[in-house]
Amino acid sequence: MSKLEVKNLNMHYGDFHVLQSVNMPIAQHEITAMIGPSGCGKSTLLRCFNRMNDLIESAKIQGEILLDEKNILVKETNLIKLRKKVGMVFQRPNPFPLSIYENVSYGPKIHGEGKKRVLLEIVQKALEDVLLWDELKDRLKDSALSLSLEQQQRLTIARLLAVQPEVLLMDEPCSALDPISTQRVEELMFQLKEKYTIVIVTHNMQQAARVSDRTGYMLLGRLVEFDETQKIFTNPKHKETEDYVTGRFG
Amino acid sequence: MLKLHQPLLVDKAVKVLFWALTFFTLIILFFILGFLLKKGLPVVSWEFLTQPIRDMGKSGGIFPSIIGTIYLTLLGVVLATPLGVGTAIYLVEYTRESRMTRAIRFGADCLAGIPSIIFGMFGFVFFVITLKMGWSLISGALTIAFMVLPTIIRTAEEALKSVPQGYREVSFSLGSGKWQTVLHAVLPRALPGILTGVVLSIGRCVGETAAVIFTAGSALGLPLSIFDSTRTLSVHFYILAREGISMENAYGTAVVLVLSILLINIFAYTLMNRYISKNS
Repeated sequence: MSKLEVKNLNMHYGDFHVLQSVNMPIAQHEITAMIGPSGCGKSTLLRCFNRMNDLIESAKIQGEILLDEKNILVKETNLIKLRKKVGMVFQRPNPFPLSIYENVSYGPKIHGEGKKRVLLEIVQKALEDVLLWDELKDRLKDSALSLSLEQQQRLTIARLLAVQPEVLLMDEPCSALDPISTQRVEELMFQLKEKYTIVIVTHNMQQAARVSDRTGYMLLGRLVEFDETQKIFTNPKHKETEDYVTGRFG
Repeated sequence: MLKLHQPLLVDKAVKVLFWALTFFTLIILFFILGFLLKKGLPVVSWEFLTQPIRDMGKSGGIFPSIIGTIYLTLLGVVLATPLGVGTAIYLVEYTRESRMTRAIRFGADCLAGIPSIIFGMFGFVFFVITLKMGWSLISGALTIAFMVLPTIIRTAEEALKSVPQGYREVSFSLGSGKWQTVLHAVLPRALPGILTGVVLSIGRCVGETAAVIFTAGSALGLPLSIFDSTRTLSVHFYILAREGISMENAYGTAVVLVLSILLINIFAYTLMNRYISKNS
């Protein structure tokens, strides 16, 4: 069963048609990668899944996105609940300039958890899930900005896991990291997909090939091809996809 | 004639020019400070700071004026800060740039350009006469609150705008509501900037004369409630000097006034620097 299902999605920024009739399923406990050249709409599509595009004034959106078979694009959608369920990791590691503890407990506090003991448990669990607990358990009061970029990105993932989401949206989560850190974050993604559904936008085709189960190739607002990752990279159906994945274009 | 094809020489000349301009600025500053201190410092003593005003200011101290100034400033800033910061939050976080926000901003700028004596007259007509508050701390405080409102609004606005959009996005993406985002993700980052505006306002309140003399009056006694009239340091200085009562005591008052503004600024900037270095 699909966790998310995009149905005939169209989006405009003013007169600019950024997403054109996109249809795709996103399966539970899989990693779905979106690839394509800059400006193809892959990040915009990602931001539809937690309705972050609502922050942009000129954005107009038509079609359906079903989350657990319920359309999240209808007006009545509770954005707070939606974003609790569908969390996002951003391109640049962006911890708040607060302590490590305050960063991870930000979400649970926002959602009304007040008990110190419970918060500490949540923080520990989240940091364990991103393999930071052992490194950081003695410095929870330190500023999050004192961490390395990789640790910061793991921390932002922990901050997200602390609100117990079901879907993780990752917008080029490794583009600010060096290759070794990238590899470790990718290993983390493998572990996370056991529990979560992950959609990742990436510039890096090798990354898509390494981590994802399914891949969508986007070009100029269209979803050109969507298939199992292996097929996209070894035997694409479309010429445009082939040009891109073989490096002839992009 | 200076040849323009000698960049090194030109650079040197320009550097000297700017150094001279800076030096000139500092000279003026130190001249005024030095002059005041020389004339006023001998008058300032523990008695001068703690005694009541006697013989219209010819003798005695300035204690009631110090207290009056503190009360008036605190009251004014306490009234203006929530109003100003609230307006700024509304403008930056709750509206999109539109004709209305531009109109509000333009209005605030106009308010900032009105001479303080006009605020004084408005305060006199509206608070003192129409609302029957009389010459009092509350009339004065309301008047200077309106006077510093634009400063607080505009500095708070700039401070809020300078908070990176990323913090808001993260907060929303974790499922926060608008107010939670403003309260927990935006305001803590904007606080130093907002405080700068508040400190600037405190400085203006402490030094304000024209708006205050019309609204808080010039009573010599210690104000015991917000409905009592009081004479702030700057008003006291003005009356002593204008009516030739005692130039020595006028200088003494001026020294206390200037030094306290200086101290407020130093204190505030230290506090702010500590806050900033703790959070970045």
